[in-house]
Amino acid sequence: MSESTSTNTPKPSSSVKLVLLGEAAVGKSSLVLRFVNNDFQENKEPTIGAAFLTQKCSLPTRTIKFEIWDTAGQERFASLAPMYYRNAQAALVVYDVTKPSSLTKAKHWVAELQRQASPGIVIALVGNKLDLTNDGNEASGEPQADGEQQPPAATADGDDAAGEPQEEQDATPGDARKVSTREASSYADEEGLLFFETSAKTGVNVVEVFTAIANAIPESSLKSGRGAGAGTGQTTLGGGRPAEDSRVNLGDRSTATAKEGCAC
Amino acid sequence: MDSEIKNQLQDSLGGNDDSKDDITCSSKSSPTMAASSVRERSTSPEGPPPPLPPRPNTLNLLDEGASSSRTLRQSTQSALQSRATTAVSLTDIASHDGGKESYPARGLPGTLRAKASLSHLASPRGSDTADSASVKSSVPQTDFGEVENVFSDFVATESGPMQHDSTGLLQFPEFQADDVDDDFTEEFEPVGDVGDEGENEVLENWKSKRKHYLILSAAGKPIWTRHGDGGLISTYIGVIQTIISFYEDSQDRLNSFTAGDTKFVIVAKGPLYLVAISRILESETQLKLQLEALYMQILSTLTLPSLTHLFSVRPSTDLKRPLQGSETLLSTLADSFTKGSPSTLLSALECLKIRKAHRQTINNALLKTRTNSLLYGLVVAGGRLVSVVRPRKHSLHPGDLQLIFNMVFEAEAVKAGGGESWIPVCLPGFNSSGYLYMYVSFVDLREDAGNVADDTATKEESVAVILISTDKERFFELQEMRNSFIEQLEKDGSLKIMKEAIDKGRPKTTDIVPGTVLHHFLYKSRGNVQFTMSSYEPDFSSVSRRRRLMSTYNNLHASIHSKHAHVRVHHCVSQSSTSLAWVTPVFQLYCVAGPNANRNALAHSASKIVQWVQQEEERLFIIGGAVF
Repeated sequence: MSESTSTNTPKPSSSVKLVLLGEAAVGKSSLVLRFVNNDFQENKEPTIGAAFLTQKCSLPTRTIKFEIWDTAGQERFASLAPMYYRNAQAALVVYDVTKPSSLTKAKHWVAELQRQASPGIVIALVGNKLDLTNDGNEASGEPQADGEQQPPAATADGDDAAGEPQEEQDATPGDARKVSTREASSYADEEGLLFFETSAKTGVNVVEVFTAIANAIPESSLKSGRGAGAGTGQTTLGGGRPAEDSRVNLGDRSTATAKEGCAC
Repeated sequence: MDSEIKNQLQDSLGGNDDSKDDITCSSKSSPTMAASSVRERSTSPEGPPPPLPPRPNTLNLLDEGASSSRTLRQSTQSALQSRATTAVSLTDIASHDGGKESYPARGLPGTLRAKASLSHLASPRGSDTADSASVKSSVPQTDFGEVENVFSDFVATESGPMQHDSTGLLQFPEFQADDVDDDFTEEFEPVGDVGDEGENEVLENWKSKRKHYLILSAAGKPIWTRHGDGGLISTYIGVIQTIISFYEDSQDRLNSFTAGDTKFVIVAKGPLYLVAISRILESETQLKLQLEALYMQILSTLTLPSLTHLFSVRPSTDLKRPLQGSETLLSTLADSFTKGSPSTLLSALECLKIRKAHRQTINNALLKTRTNSLLYGLVVAGGRLVSVVRPRKHSLHPGDLQLIFNMVFEAEAVKAGGGESWIPVCLPGFNSSGYLYMYVSFVDLREDAGNVADDTATKEESVAVILISTDKERFFELQEMRNSFIEQLEKDGSLKIMKEAIDKGRPKTTDIVPGTVLHHFLYKSRGNVQFTMSSYEPDFSSVSRRRRLMSTYNNLHASIHSKHAHVRVHHCVSQSSTSLAWVTPVFQLYCVAGPNANRNALAHSASKIVQWVQQEEERLFIIGGAVF
């Protein structure tokens, strides 16, 4: 059913299947929208089901065409998630830096991906809504009007201040951050994830996440753009194809543990 | 659509009518009522002339004689006879027994009655009340039950002539809304947060809404409300739940009740209570249909078995969580009812008008590119159906299509995401127990056709390709089908034809009948379960004007469908408009003209419209459709 084998030499254009997971309302669709259309919508309505989008990303050596599954975060859609991550080469697990429970949910997703997704999958942990924190204000250079008039000076060590206990309600006034960078990044280190804090609203770090993912995908697991495109066209959404699993099974970590890419 | 779909659709249409029957049955057509209605009839109709004489009052082209004026006046009610009679409600009593003060005291902000100086004499709401009260289980608040019994006869005899006196002014409610015209858009604005604006202000905003929908569980948990949040409405939910369960306990289900000019309609569906509270003129039947559509939306999100399961496991389940994210679908659906939806009113679909051969070409392209996993394929232009492909043994249910159209065109969720969507959806009319999977992509007709539309296309001009499968794994297969389908349309020029048809819009009444007095019409082809209508331009371009137009239609529709009317043609005159309904086994026509339109001119135009529709039938409606 699918095309060539994975041992192709890297071609100028390759496609990468990427899935976004995370709790409802953390900003998955907004991240995608920023990446694909460089656009942001305030109060975007919740995604229903899943949306499929594509976007190219240029690297020095090649072009990556992302085929993105933007999934709905509501619990009732959770049972459909395997369909989307099953053959994904990359996953963006998104949480909201102002909402600690969303990091917990993100950890669940990471665990599920490590257990069930293709062994070589590249996972990025992304803390979104940085614009609501003081770091975001400073980084973006355009403070938001939401009562965050905190002078940038305070943000210098905002990181550290918020760093100690996970839920710093009282970090600095006007700073909505509830998940410290340190907590999330140390978790990401432990699990071997890429880690970014982003703002879909201001655009901070959004393209960087996707570029980093593109760079992290092992060349050997890349299919040629054409071939992959045709392949996805003919085949089903997933369907546990051993051939493909072995193809993708060349990732850096956890290769040993995952014999069956499709444990679902 | 062939005969099967027609039948199926017809069934659902019939269902519509049936529900009316239900109401009529449940209403007390008791001997007393009937008797008093006779009595009433003899006193009122040819009775004293209206206080505002110059205007022709009501005209029934079919000589239904006495009942006609009554029909008109009480057109919002579904159960004509019972209603005509006994004013058995608190409101009525109040309005006839020095209750004049009680209206102002209610402090209705919009004061719908502002212009109607005579309203206290016999407000049309009073008779509304009578109607609802006649529904058996909606006997008004128990406290007053006694009083009603005591007074009902008296009130009936008293109220007859009085109500009649004011028919000219008050039978036709909408003109009163003239001064409400401009603020109708506020209806859809959020009530605000208690934190931001202070509780009282928020509550005032909430109360100022003319239309509320509430959904709660039988256990009394709030599930969804159109306005405000759970905290704001919790006390009201408590009250409502108490009232409903009071009747439930006595095996006497509460269907509706009326307080002043506000109508409360309750629909109980399994573990859910759905409540509509309306100060807009809509009949109980119409509100009931709306609530049922909201229930269908919930089923569409959860499926019936999982809804049942949730509540059977734990009756106190908080359904808010499983429904999370679908609130906007409920809200847009509710808002489309509040704005007025011809599709819901008529339980029918609208199609894009194109030549028969052109539609055939699109149908063929669908058939040609069809893949094995396709169940239904739809091409929809801004809520108007362009083409349908379906298996021979399965038809499409208009209610299901309404849910789909609401999701795809009204709620921004699908469109704003850009790209293509893959949505699990339960279509309750098709099968309420499982999900289907729906591929949706928008086609941009404006520039280079075939591209996925960006979100700047307006609702009217966006064209969606909707492909439905039973298999959740078939996204890419349907994506491929869509691509070759669009390619095919591009090749044979169908995209251009669609674009032209969309740009052209609906015809104005004057395009069809030059110089006509008609401002707007709705025509429903009963056999096809489809409708067509004229453009809202220029008379009804604003939301509020459209709302009034729809209220006019609601009235016409309710009165002509009241079980005991047996009316074929119904002519109604008010200060703000003249309107006509004409019902035959083949079609239903509703049309509206200016206030002083000549009856003959109106009738003449109406028959011209019917002629036109019949000439254009194969362009206006999908007849047959693509079947495999």
